[in-house]
Amino acid sequence: MNALLPPPPPAPLPRPPRLPRLRLVDGLALGAIGLRARRIRSAMSALGVAIAVAALVSVLGITASSTSDLLAQLGEEGNLLTLAAGQTFDGDPTPLPVTSEAMVRRIPPVRSVASVGAVVGATVRRSPLIPNVQTSGISVLAAEPSLVTTMSIRMLTGRFLDAVSSRYPLTVLGRTAAQNLGITHSSTTTLVYLNNHYFTVIGVLAPVSTAPEIDNAALIGFPVANDLFGLEHRPTRIYLRVNPDQVAQVSAVLPFTASPSAPEAVSVRRPSDVLIARVEAKTASVLLFLGLGVVALLVGGVGIANIMVISVLERRGEIGLRRALGARGRHIAGQFLLESALVSALGGVAGIVLGCLVTVVVANSSGNGLAIPVSALWAGMGAAIGIGVLAGVYPAARAARIPPWEALRSL
Amino acid sequence: MSLALELHAVSKTYPPPTEVTALAEIDLAVHTGETLAITGPSGSGKSTLLSLLGTLERPTSGTVWVAGTDTSTLSDRRLSGLRAWQLGFVFQQFFLLEHLTVLDNVASGLLYRGLPQSDRREAATKALTRVGLAERMSHRPHQLSGGERQRVAIARAVAGRPAVLLADEPTGNLDSVNGTEVLRLLIGLADDTTTVIIVTHDAEVAAAARRRVRLSDGHIVDDSGNS
Repeated sequence: MNALLPPPPPAPLPRPPRLPRLRLVDGLALGAIGLRARRIRSAMSALGVAIAVAALVSVLGITASSTSDLLAQLGEEGNLLTLAAGQTFDGDPTPLPVTSEAMVRRIPPVRSVASVGAVVGATVRRSPLIPNVQTSGISVLAAEPSLVTTMSIRMLTGRFLDAVSSRYPLTVLGRTAAQNLGITHSSTTTLVYLNNHYFTVIGVLAPVSTAPEIDNAALIGFPVANDLFGLEHRPTRIYLRVNPDQVAQVSAVLPFTASPSAPEAVSVRRPSDVLIARVEAKTASVLLFLGLGVVALLVGGVGIANIMVISVLERRGEIGLRRALGARGRHIAGQFLLESALVSALGGVAGIVLGCLVTVVVANSSGNGLAIPVSALWAGMGAAIGIGVLAGVYPAARAARIPPWEALRSL
Repeated sequence: MSLALELHAVSKTYPPPTEVTALAEIDLAVHTGETLAITGPSGSGKSTLLSLLGTLERPTSGTVWVAGTDTSTLSDRRLSGLRAWQLGFVFQQFFLLEHLTVLDNVASGLLYRGLPQSDRREAATKALTRVGLAERMSHRPHQLSGGERQRVAIARAVAGRPAVLLADEPTGNLDSVNGTEVLRLLIGLADDTTTVIIVTHDAEVAAAARRRVRLSDGHIVDDSGNS
């Protein structure tokens, strides 16, 4: 101990020392320091979150895109009904009474009606040289000219049957039937061999999602079907559009109207039910994929936490220096927490861009309309920032707890 | 002359497993404007003494007064405030941030005072001019020599005109020419309002200070030049 001491007693302090202060804008800039100093490492950490967010956004975007067309169609097809008799033991459709179409047409809420009659046992081939067992599953249906308007069917090429062309050996092919026959266009020289008769293809229909049976059919006129194949104008299926507010009531009376003698043999379907089922099928797997996306996000978060812990260890000197310059423990914690959140937020932005790109590419390649829910973008960004904050809590607390002198002496 | 720093019966014992008593019952008073060199062999406790004077550690027993304030009663928040407003540090390793320019490194010395960036840069410019590095402001630390880096660190420590400047082996990483320059600069900073304390094991450095305290095994064994 020094002989010259003890010193005089200290004078009382009039007021406590001033407190440290960090401006908000400086605090935010501090959070970005680590990113700027370690760009590649930050980018790699952000990549994990980016992939997870891209997965989340694209799952929601692709689902929304693929169902948007279906939902739009559902709105258009909600008032379409079909009426059919049962099937024989051979699986061939049973004809409805000849009067059924006229009877159905008399129900007041019915707006339009079109019937088709299956030509049982008919085959369609490109030429007689092809064995008649190679039918490609194509059926032959006699159809009324009103079918395209009632079903709102679009023509891919050519034209549909009318009152005149229905009398001649002319046919319009469903999309799948045309593909199976290798026919991409129609002209006067495009012929198919239909039950020992050549028919000229005058048109190809666009796909009909509410009536898949039309896609795989060759449609001919009722008059020519009566003449050549003895159909006797008996329909096997009737399509009708009704007033949208009275679909249920019409459905209830249809079997009795169409076939008063055997109403129990008549089944009424609402094709839009198929669309509903398809929408449900498309959305059923969304939760599973979202779950996988959340798992990926958690893995990304663990990656960031890992990098932040390493960063805290590496930057002990900087931590010590900042404490010496007057930073409080919470300033240090805030700096690392913000850095973690920023890395993750950058990953979130990249993930949203990536997810949108994936959605656009998938929607385009599958021919769906593009629909990216804005809520998915917000959710992706929120999840990224949230996981970044969570990932930063432990490293930040650890950084704040390092005693200043220990931090400075650890180098 | 008022007292800048005072230690009363200060001991520092590190917790297990080391349980080393770095300082034992130290009494020390440093007047404002003094230049004090703390010397001693390795393990004598001189760096621990600097950490206690700089409030970077708390003593196991005894009281440390900085600029008239008993630091033992202060919260971590008040201690941080004391460091931000009253103390400046210069370290052997410089601790410059590589991604910042020289100017912003110096300006960061005032970051925790809550001053706007323009004010911080203005003070940093003055400090850099004072240490003779006005023309190096836009450089990055890796573009400077060791001596220049330490001068930047000194500028950062004095940019806020602290009451006490604490330097821990400031010439430890420098050659003799640069070391002499840095030492001359540090000694020259002491004035009516600034006290300079230099921890060093270098006798030549210590000789430059007006007062020298020598430590051995945690005790003050010599206090020469005490006014």
